[in-house]
Amino acid sequence: MFNRTFFHIGRYFTMLGRVFSKPEKWGVYRKEFFHEIDSLGITSLPIIAIISLFMGAVITIQAAFGFTSPWVPLYAVGFTTRDSVILEFSPTIISLILAGKVGSNIASEIGTMRISEQIDALEIMGVNSRAFLILPKIAACVLINPFLILISMFLGIAGGWLLGTLAGVVTTYQFVYGIQYEFNSFNITYALIKTVVFAFIIASVSAYHGYYTEGGALEVGRSSTKAVVYCSILILVFNFLLTQLLLS
Amino acid sequence: MIELKHINKSFNGRHVTQDFSCVFDRGKTNLIIGESGSGKTVLLKCIVGLTQVDSGEVLYDGQDFLRLNPRDKQNLRKQIGMLFQGGALFDSKTVEENITFPLAMFTDMSHEEQKDRAQFCLERVNLAQAGDLYPSELSGGMKKRVAIARAIAPNPRYLFCDEPNSGLDPKTSILIDKLIKDITEEFQMTTIVITHDMNSVMEIGEKVVFICKNQKWWEGSNQTILDTDNKELEDFIYVSKFLKELKNKKMKA
Ligand SMILES: Nc1ncnc2c1ncn2[C@@H]1O[C@H](COP(=O)(O)OP(=O)(O)OP(=O)(O)O)[C@@H](O)[C@H]1O
Ligand SMILES: [Mg+2]
Repeated sequence: MFNRTFFHIGRYFTMLGRVFSKPEKWGVYRKEFFHEIDSLGITSLPIIAIISLFMGAVITIQAAFGFTSPWVPLYAVGFTTRDSVILEFSPTIISLILAGKVGSNIASEIGTMRISEQIDALEIMGVNSRAFLILPKIAACVLINPFLILISMFLGIAGGWLLGTLAGVVTTYQFVYGIQYEFNSFNITYALIKTVVFAFIIASVSAYHGYYTEGGALEVGRSSTKAVVYCSILILVFNFLLTQLLLS
Repeated sequence: MIELKHINKSFNGRHVTQDFSCVFDRGKTNLIIGESGSGKTVLLKCIVGLTQVDSGEVLYDGQDFLRLNPRDKQNLRKQIGMLFQGGALFDSKTVEENITFPLAMFTDMSHEEQKDRAQFCLERVNLAQAGDLYPSELSGGMKKRVAIARAIAPNPRYLFCDEPNSGLDPKTSILIDKLIKDITEEFQMTTIVITHDMNSVMEIGEKVVFICKNQKWWEGSNQTILDTDNKELEDFIYVSKFLKELKNKKMKA
């Protein structure tokens, strides 16, 4: 059990060593990179938008529901929504959702390339297959995820405001006042640092599971499940560590 | 020239290749034949280093390939063209992009030159119209031919083909065989072709190695193969009753 764990950790870092080596040709890598930005980032926008809007709304309504005491001002609904969305919901929950969507996508794509000998074909051509397949994905995720998370924050808060006012639990004035109340911009920095770390985990860990797939189509499915499970666990662990490190 | 010295390979204690030594000359088409499951693909993968050998040496023009460091190995591989048994085309790229990929990666050719080269290679495998299709839109034989076009596009020094004409009709088969033979001579490549097809053996088998019982069983050429008195090779060649009778007639004559 421990042996297996150390084996995987060792192989993961060896893989990363090869991933971060000089590209054979920047032009080809650049093309792949833009392709990944589109396929891993832009296509995730709709699901992120829907989830953020509704989660923001639910957080707002729950907050309003909880603050029935006359001692708590109604603008507290605004800043509770703001802080929940910025500190935890957008960076962590959305990253977990991306681990499901992007992680399984990466693992199954690379896994399929492995079992259909496409990776061998790359190696035979003299291409560093780890770098060529994985580097553009890591770069794309690390670069695009912060934007996705910023959009999610905006939409989450907007959803809270929209549905909160529609449901009549808070007024626009109170909500906006709450959002601005004692705003600490470091929270956004903290959230984005988390996001970047999570993005790296999502891309590299799922690529690892895809790259070392052995067997057939069945194993590709397994790799992609494993990728999602390990990414999610690692995200939660690093969420804890980073929060300790940055906020305490 | 590629030289194999005492190659051994086993999977979980089961021997697949035992003490295999052989020399494959430059400018000649070298064929490896043998029954299905006799370890031809495994041997080829050992030669190119995709499968680790248990012991033995592989010399590419005198260079000990298996003991090169990763960088030198990568550089040597740029001179290798390989056709995989399953084609191994990149699903996410069109036929043309598949062929231009090694050119874009390792040459300074302009975009136009790459496209011309791809078109030229596609024409040679009789697929001039297929450039814009994706691998999923091709038939099995077409995939194979695209894979051949991709393997020969960068003009490799070493060409390895794993069953280039399985799944092709006899006419296209011969076209592909001829193509392999022509470019081997023209560009003085060292070519190794795996096949089951006796037509290919007779057509282009300047050197033929027969694998049986995990070993090199027989070595010769298309000139000598029909007159063999090796029992296993005979069984491999003269499979049908028709052929056996033909051989007996020839013996009597
Ligand atoms: N990765 C592997 N693990 C275990 N056994 C393997 C592996 N690859 C091949 N073998 C075994 O090695 C033997 C030779 O396989 P190989 O693919 O070389 O056959 P082949 O001669 O190419 O056959 P065919 O003509 O059908 O392609 C088979 O018995 C196969 O089961
Ligand atoms: Mg085979």
